[in-house]
Amino acid sequence: MTSRLRTGLLAVTMLAVGASAASAQATLQKVRDKGELTCGVNTGLAGFSAPDDKGNWTGLDVDVCRAVAAAIFKDPAKVKFVPLTAKERFTALQSGEIDVLSRNTTWTMSRDTSAGMSFTGVTYYDGQGFMVKKSLGLKSAKELSGASVCVQTGTTTELNVADYFRKNKMDYKPVVFEKLPETLAAYNAGRCDVYTSDASQLYATRLTLGDPAEHVVLPDVISKEPLGPAVRQGDAQWGNIVRWVFFALVNAEELGVTAKNIDEMAQGQNPEIKRLLGKEGEFGKGIGLDVDWGYQAIKSVGNYGEMFERNVGEGSRLKIARGQNALWTDGGLQYAPPVR
Amino acid sequence: MREGPAMTTDAPSLPAKRKSMSLIDHIYDPRSRGIILQVLLAVALIWFTAEIVNNAITNLKKQSIASGFDFLGRTSGFDISQSLISYSNTMTYARAFWVGLLNTLLVAGLGIVLATIIGFIVGIGRLSTNWIIAKLASVYVEVLRNIPPLLMLFAIYFAVLKSLPAPRDSIELPFYSYLNVRGLTVPMPTWLDGIGYVVAAFFIAIVAAVLIARWARIRQEATGERFPGVLVGIGLVVLAPLLTFLLAGRPVSFEYPTPGRFNLSGGVTMLPEFVALLTGLTLYTAAFIAEIVRSGILGVSKGQKEAAAALGLRPGQSMRLVVIPQALRIIIPPLTNQYLNLTKNSSLAVAIGYPDLVSVFAGTVLNQTNQAIEVILITMAVYLVVSLLTSFFMNWFNSRMALVER
Repeated sequence: MTSRLRTGLLAVTMLAVGASAASAQATLQKVRDKGELTCGVNTGLAGFSAPDDKGNWTGLDVDVCRAVAAAIFKDPAKVKFVPLTAKERFTALQSGEIDVLSRNTTWTMSRDTSAGMSFTGVTYYDGQGFMVKKSLGLKSAKELSGASVCVQTGTTTELNVADYFRKNKMDYKPVVFEKLPETLAAYNAGRCDVYTSDASQLYATRLTLGDPAEHVVLPDVISKEPLGPAVRQGDAQWGNIVRWVFFALVNAEELGVTAKNIDEMAQGQNPEIKRLLGKEGEFGKGIGLDVDWGYQAIKSVGNYGEMFERNVGEGSRLKIARGQNALWTDGGLQYAPPVR
Repeated sequence: MREGPAMTTDAPSLPAKRKSMSLIDHIYDPRSRGIILQVLLAVALIWFTAEIVNNAITNLKKQSIASGFDFLGRTSGFDISQSLISYSNTMTYARAFWVGLLNTLLVAGLGIVLATIIGFIVGIGRLSTNWIIAKLASVYVEVLRNIPPLLMLFAIYFAVLKSLPAPRDSIELPFYSYLNVRGLTVPMPTWLDGIGYVVAAFFIAIVAAVLIARWARIRQEATGERFPGVLVGIGLVVLAPLLTFLLAGRPVSFEYPTPGRFNLSGGVTMLPEFVALLTGLTLYTAAFIAEIVRSGILGVSKGQKEAAAALGLRPGQSMRLVVIPQALRIIIPPLTNQYLNLTKNSSLAVAIGYPDLVSVFAGTVLNQTNQAIEVILITMAVYLVVSLLTSFFMNWFNSRMALVER
């Protein structure tokens, strides 16, 4: 009910946005005036964005926002997190309710163009998979013909699964829910044979099911799901800030700069590191920030590798291998243009 | 004509006076003032709306968000678990809209019928002289109308899911039907040649039944002799199509559900989401209708019942022939309200995975197309039209039931 209200409200807000004759105020100025960054995140997805028992938000998507806040305010705590369902997220960004959407969102062409959004990078390379009960004894998704599939609405998942079954000439019965908890509860109650989502989400949600060992994620990956933060179109400066803060985190990993050794490294002689941390050149100016923007971001959340290990990697309950998300130097896909 | 000059000197004076009425005079004239204010208000309203629409379009363009209604013709690409018309993911968003709308109308229509029946039974039950029946009805009303409908839906839905077996342990029912956690599956009939005669016989029987009932009423009014018109009519409507069906050589075949690896394949399935939503909405709304029925009955003066008893009518007859028809006049207007509530509450379907209009159109379609304004406007317009049509019908029904004063 609340989310139905919310959708309606968002539509009204959009009209109101329309009525306010849209003075194109720069997002950076708006954020500075507010004194905090408003960041749209998932309502609860372990490893990506979830509140811990003290009410602090943690996760990979959360850390991206903290890094941006640190680059702007020199304080990673100046973020207001707005939990959004898959259905609400785009309207929230379009209407200006949030400044940046960092909510395991797949970068697609229509979203990047006709939806008025602009993606700034890929923070996690993902792909869609299937989770089934171990007792079914399945080896491949190709054996799923005739199955009932639980899926969350408002996602690329919903379309991929339709494509996959059509392509392989199999039929299935969709059961579509709005929120993750109901989707999982229905899967758990046996309403569906399969729960499908991005693989990262499958690993995260498996931990919340009674006995994780009773469920397996099938090896098939049926789609490309590059997940990343998005901003509104039409504010290039703001897009650059979010884009380059993330690039700084990736570059930091490549250059071996961590949250711990950053002060030491800043004193070193490597010009690449000096530029990244603002000891040389005036790269902050180009995006409207202070010279130490990169230093502040890395100091607050660590480099990309640290973020990954802490939230979803070996240091977390999810224990996801780096895989495609390793640096390009290690055979992965993470690659950032240089600060120069 | 001799009086002409006198008239011409007198007559023009009035229009001349009116023509010279200044703005001030108009403001002091209540009629002109009313018109001026209304015109001003209308202009302001039109300007306001035009401004909002114009700004919205400009800003959408500036933010490069697609707008317009072209998206309705594009391929949807997603599947829907229940549809009354044929649908697949290669059809358009417009088709998906109709699927969602029909699903909403199905659950709202059935819900209204069932809630009315249960509401009347419970409402009359609350006034029963039997202590147990009256208390049971009171408990029903007080419990159900005080629980938020969304919570009730969750409770019912997960109670349904938890209590039913997995597909491979399906409960077998008569007529090759199966009940499991995925729903109730029954054989699907396919109609063969000759079914047209059966349908025709059915409609002819209805017409005949109406004519017989009218003839019986006229005869009773004229002669006082009674003829069991209603009974004969019902018999006709049931028997005529049945006979035709047998004579035409049973023009139907069934597709029986067969167990597959995951689910039963074939047959028609009634989804647990549908059952849960229908049950929840019906039970919730019935509690309110029961109270409306009770107040309607209590609103009929006691003297009516006593007069009926004095004429020798039994309690059941006096309720059916004297009290209820008068109570209906009190019941119908608030009943309309409950019907509208039930229809609107059906949008809670989205929470338990039933593909209604809000779930399919204002949910999936909105998200895939990102055209929030258009989709929400269409959805609101649909609910408005459905509600207005319901009100219209109920007002018509109300005016028919109104006391005819002589």
